Parts: sequence; C-alpha cells; structure tokens
Amino acid sequence: MFLKKIALAGVVSLLGSAAMACSYQNEVPVKSLSAGFEAWKAVTDAMAECGNFQAELDQEFRTKQPAAFEANPSLYQIGGVSNGTITPLLNAGTIRPLDDLVEKYGQNLSPNQLIRINGQIMAVAMMVNTQHLMYRSDILADLGIDTPTTWDEVYAAAEKIKEAGVVDYPLGATMKSGWNIAQEFVNMYPGHGGKFFNDDNTTAVNSDAGLASLETMKKALDYTDPEVLVSDSTYVQQQFQQGKIAMANLWASRAGAMNDEAESQVVGKVAMAAAPKAVADGAPATTLWWDGIVIAKNISDEEADAAFRLAMEGLDTEMVQGANDAAIWLVGGYEPTDIATGAIETATANPAPPAYPSTTQMGLLHTALGNELPAFLTGERDAAATLIAIEEAYTTSAKEAGVLK
Amino acid sequence: MKFKTFAAFVGPSVFMMLLFIAAPLVSVFIQSFQVTQPILEQIEVETCTPGFLTQTCTTEIKTVPVLDEAGKTVTATRWVGLQSYRNVLQMDKFWSAVGNGSWNQIMQIDFWKALRFTLSFTLLTLPLVIGVGLAIALAVNNATRSIRGPIIFISLLPFIITPVIGSLSIYWLFVGDGILTAMMERWSGQNISMFAQAWTIELLMYFYRVWHVAPFAFVIFYAGLQTVNMDTLESAVIDGASRWERLRHVIVPHLMPLIIFIALIHLMDCYRVFDEIVGFRSQAHVISLQWLTFDFMTPDDAGNRAMSRASASSMLTMIGIVLLLIMPLRRTWRDHKGSAH
Repeated sequence: MFLKKIALAGVVSLLGSAAMACSYQNEVPVKSLSAGFEAWKAVTDAMAECGNFQAELDQEFRTKQPAAFEANPSLYQIGGVSNGTITPLLNAGTIRPLDDLVEKYGQNLSPNQLIRINGQIMAVAMMVNTQHLMYRSDILADLGIDTPTTWDEVYAAAEKIKEAGVVDYPLGATMKSGWNIAQEFVNMYPGHGGKFFNDDNTTAVNSDAGLASLETMKKALDYTDPEVLVSDSTYVQQQFQQGKIAMANLWASRAGAMNDEAESQVVGKVAMAAAPKAVADGAPATTLWWDGIVIAKNISDEEADAAFRLAMEGLDTEMVQGANDAAIWLVGGYEPTDIATGAIETATANPAPPAYPSTTQMGLLHTALGNELPAFLTGERDAAATLIAIEEAYTTSAKEAGVLK
Repeated sequence: MKFKTFAAFVGPSVFMMLLFIAAPLVSVFIQSFQVTQPILEQIEVETCTPGFLTQTCTTEIKTVPVLDEAGKTVTATRWVGLQSYRNVLQMDKFWSAVGNGSWNQIMQIDFWKALRFTLSFTLLTLPLVIGVGLAIALAVNNATRSIRGPIIFISLLPFIITPVIGSLSIYWLFVGDGILTAMMERWSGQNISMFAQAWTIELLMYFYRVWHVAPFAFVIFYAGLQTVNMDTLESAVIDGASRWERLRHVIVPHLMPLIIFIALIHLMDCYRVFDEIVGFRSQAHVISLQWLTFDFMTPDDAGNRAMSRASASSMLTMIGIVLLLIMPLRRTWRDHKGSAH
C-alpha cells in the first residue's frame, strides 16, 4: 500500500513537472540521434518533457548518421550535428531546408544561430566549441607564471612546472592515434599560417608550415604522459580532474566537468584562457566548431513540423538556465561565466582562428593525418618523411574517392 | 545414410553458408577490382556560421557530389584491375625499402607493418596456447577428484568473457596508473607506462590472448586425456619410462589429431586479431590486418569510405589464412589417407 502511494506520488509529480516544463503536448513520435556530451543531454532532456520523444546519445553518431538519414523514411527525425559532421548529410541531400519552419516556430532564435548554406537555413546552431588552454590557476600562481599565450610560453611554463614537480605531468594532450591526433595538427597548422589544399584539390601540408607544426607538436612530448598516444578528450579531462596534469589544450565542452564536485578534485582551480598561438602575431592555433540540429528530409511534413517544434522547445531559455555551464550556448538567456572566458577570448581574437574546414577532401586528409602522424611522434619517422607519407596517403584515398584524377 | 536423408540434414546449412558466406565473399571479391565513385562537381558555396554576436560568412569553391532527381547521389563504377591491391600492398615502396635494406622503412608501410604483427601474434601464441592448455589438462587430470570440479570451473572462466570486454579490462588494469601498473611501480620503484611503447603493448596482447584461449585448448585436451589407452601407459611404466617419456611417446602422439585441430582453429582466429587493437587503443604502435580493413571501411567525418581498398585488404587476409592453413591441413589429409589403408 505504502509502495503504491509512493509510486503514485512519483507519477503525479512527473506528470506535473512535464506539464510545467513543456508548453504543449507532443503527439507525433520523434526520435533524435546526436553526440553524447553534457550539452546534448540537457537539450534532449528538455525535449523529452513534451512526450513522445526518444533520444539516442551516441559518440559514434558520426558513422551512423549518414546511413540512418539516407533511409526512406529516415530512422531519425532530428539529427545533432557539428560543422564537421554535417558535410555528408549536405552532400547526400538528406536534410531539409528549415526556412519555413524557422519562420513558424523560430521566433526566439537569434540570426547568429541560423546556419545558411547558399542562403538557405540548413541547421540551427545551439553552441560553439573550440579547443582552448585550460590550466591550473593555483599552480601557475604559486610558481609565478603568467598565463601562456603562445606555445613557446606553454612549453616554458611546462618546464618550470616539471622542475617544481607539483604534478605528474605538466601537459595533457588529446593525441590518441586517429581522429584526435589529426585534430591537433588541424589546430596547429593554420596557426603556423598553412593552408590545407591547393586549388586543384591536392594537399599542401608538405610545406614549411607543416614542418613547423610537427616540431611544435613534438615538443609537447617532453612534458606529457608517455602514453599520450592513447589519450582522448575524456582521458585528458580525467587527468585534470584527478590533479595529474597542470595544462592542456582541451575542448570547451569539457570545461564544466572541472567543477563537477562528484568527479573532480580540482573544483575551482582550473581556469580557461584563449588557445595558445603558434606564432606570436598569429591567430590562436585552434579551430572553431558549432553544434546544432538538423531535420531529416525523408520524413513527412507533419513529422518535420513536430520535430522542429520539439527542437525549439529543447533549445529554449529555460533549458539554458538549467544547464548554463554545460556549453558555450548561442541560445538566448545564456550567462557566460568564468569557464567561458577561454572560448570567448579564442573566438574573438584578432586575427581569429578559422572554423573547421569541413569538406570531402578534409575528411580524407583528416584520416591520412590520423594514420601517419603517430609514426612521427613515436620517433620512427622524421618530420619530412612524415609529411611526404601524409601527402601520399591523401593522394591515394583522394584518387579512390574521385576527388583527384 | 540415404542421400535424401543426408541432403535434408545438410541442405539448410549449405543454403545458409551459400547465402551468408559464399555470396558476400563473391561480392567482396568483385568489389576489390572495382572503384565506385560519386560524380563530383565544383560549385561555389556560401556558408554562414556563428561567431560571437555576429555571423561569419565565407564563400568558397567546394567539391560536392551530384544528386539525381530522386535525391540520390549519382555514382559511377569502373573496373580498375589490381589497382586497389597495389594501393594496399604498396609494392614499389616495399621493394625500394628492401633495396635499401631498411627494416624500419618496410615497417612504415601499413600493410607490411600489420602483416608483421599479425604473423608474430599468430605464430607466437600458437605454441603457448597448446602448451598452457596441455599443462592445465594434465594438472587437472592428475588432481584429486574432489577438487577437479572447482579447478575446471576456474580455468574455464577466461574463455567465457567476451573478447572486447576482456581486452578493455586488461587496458584499464594497466593504463596510466591502473591497479596493476601501480602495483608494478611499487615493486620496482620505477615509473612504468605499459602503453607508451610497442613492445609492452604487444607483450600484453600475447598474454591476454593466451589467457583467453588456453581454456579452450584445455577442455579439448582434457577430453582427449580420458581416452588414452591405459594398457599402453601401464606397459610404459613397467618398461621404466619416466613421466616425461610417457608424455612424449604415449600421450602426445595420442593427442596429435586434437593438437592439429586446435592449431587450425587458433591460426584462423588469430590471423583475424582485432579486439586487442581496438581494446588497447594500440593503433599508434601496433596494427593488425583485420584492423586495417576496418580502418578502410570506417567513414570519415565527410562520409568517405575506401571500400575498394577494404575489399582488397580482406581478400588478402583470406589468402593469408589459406596459406597458413595449408601446412596443418596437408598433414591431416595425409593422416586421413594413411589411416584408410
């Protein structure tokens, strides 16, 4: 009897909160597929309050999404994408223009959120993300080190921290072989003034900027964990939380976790600054990303209508107020706190870092970088040979993909 | 058995094998000689992305696939002969490295690097699995009946663990300051990083695979030991044969068909080593042939997959397995024919 009462009370309170949080009752079944980090959890939880909604949060979403959206009818109505993963959906034409839906339901969106491709709104952005410098402010203050602004200064600071011996390793880095290590290069290379492609789609990484980027990356190994070639963002985040490292160029979306008292031993001790520059007068050596939602093309107009309305409910001010520190939100009502300073300084730097250049060719080059860079960092191959290997690997796959003749 | 009965029993299985093994194999074989590409065009695209406060719009020439009226990507398939195989094997680089006499240069080519590891993994774990499996079987066979059950149960445990889970557990036990690394560090007083260099990773992989597969060999050998002819063993004892000589001349020859059977299964399984690579995240240091195929097939952020090279690579893996199996299979065939006379 007692249990029954409790259960009943629980159901009633759930119903109550759902009715409170969502302004309407969603009648059309809607499913979404997105990445699994904190911000997506906040958004999909807010959408779920309207009912009839099922969210799939999966870090492997990038491999699933193109095929799932190509199905007819599409397996998901809403997709969570970033500027890196929207490309295959755009190329295959499996997402729909949102202009009429934005007009109908998007009164609260700011123009800044609307991702326009050739004038048509193809996605609605909700947050920006970038890799920037995160550092233990207490350690740097104790040792009298100013916040580093260039990679040379980062290494100088790392040297001092290493001598002081206050942490296991002065630096953390997301250098896991594959996507992560390739991204480190993609951050560093434009910072050295390099461009990725020539006009004829051949790659231009085999250049002085390429050599300089590799040298800068390799210097990090003196200060990182020797197992850095298996460490991804989550691993670096944990090293920070456990007080093992003092500095890292890490994703802004990971900043909130530093102050999570359930996980972190360094609450309030980690500060954020702009991504370090590769050269003193250049842009911060990083790339800018956005995350947002798209609506599938292969679904009925009613479904698209319901899905977009639901997404707008998930991207409202109420959601942001409940999860203010989960991301650098673009949604109205966001109050930037201390942990957002690094990302904002990075994005507003002059010259500003580029957005991640997502194209078919970039996808191929990213894979080539991810496979060939480790041999350089393990010392099996020198910088010049590595750049040649990257160029050859890119050329082979670009020919197979039809990008090069 | 009547042919009709035989066919009724075997039919469903043959049908399934044709459908799920033979047909995909043929399709992969054909695809390894083809390249399917989308028709691409270069167009000018204006992209507006969020910044802080205002948007930034850039106009650039992008290479994008052409879509037909139904909204499908238009693709063209053409025959390329052995091009995909050349791309995987990279023989020109291989021969120039051989010409330079540089082992290090050969190991820079993905396929040869993967082949080197796959072969050493397969061939080094084989005797260990058979040896350890036989040792456990003999130990259990000689143990008192009362503790036999629990021993069998405990020795079988590693085998029932899903390979991916098993390799992930080993990874977590050893990575960074994992429990076992921390223990080793306390004993040795040194900072140990098991995942920082290739040889320690490989060592862990060998250890893990032997730990995982030895129970299988044990079960088979233990069953085999129950059928050893006691009269022969007793007469060997009377002839003054030592325990080692009995093992060498009576037990091992009796178990030989089982040893061959386990060797066959092990060669086939190990040549497709994959779980360890993913579980240990060893791609920077150690890769295997099966992982290479997987890597070709995995789409990148822009949705590209190297299907032709993946097909060529899996055909090469199959050829490798066939070559490896020829030796033990020929022996079995000879024995089989011999016993018929």
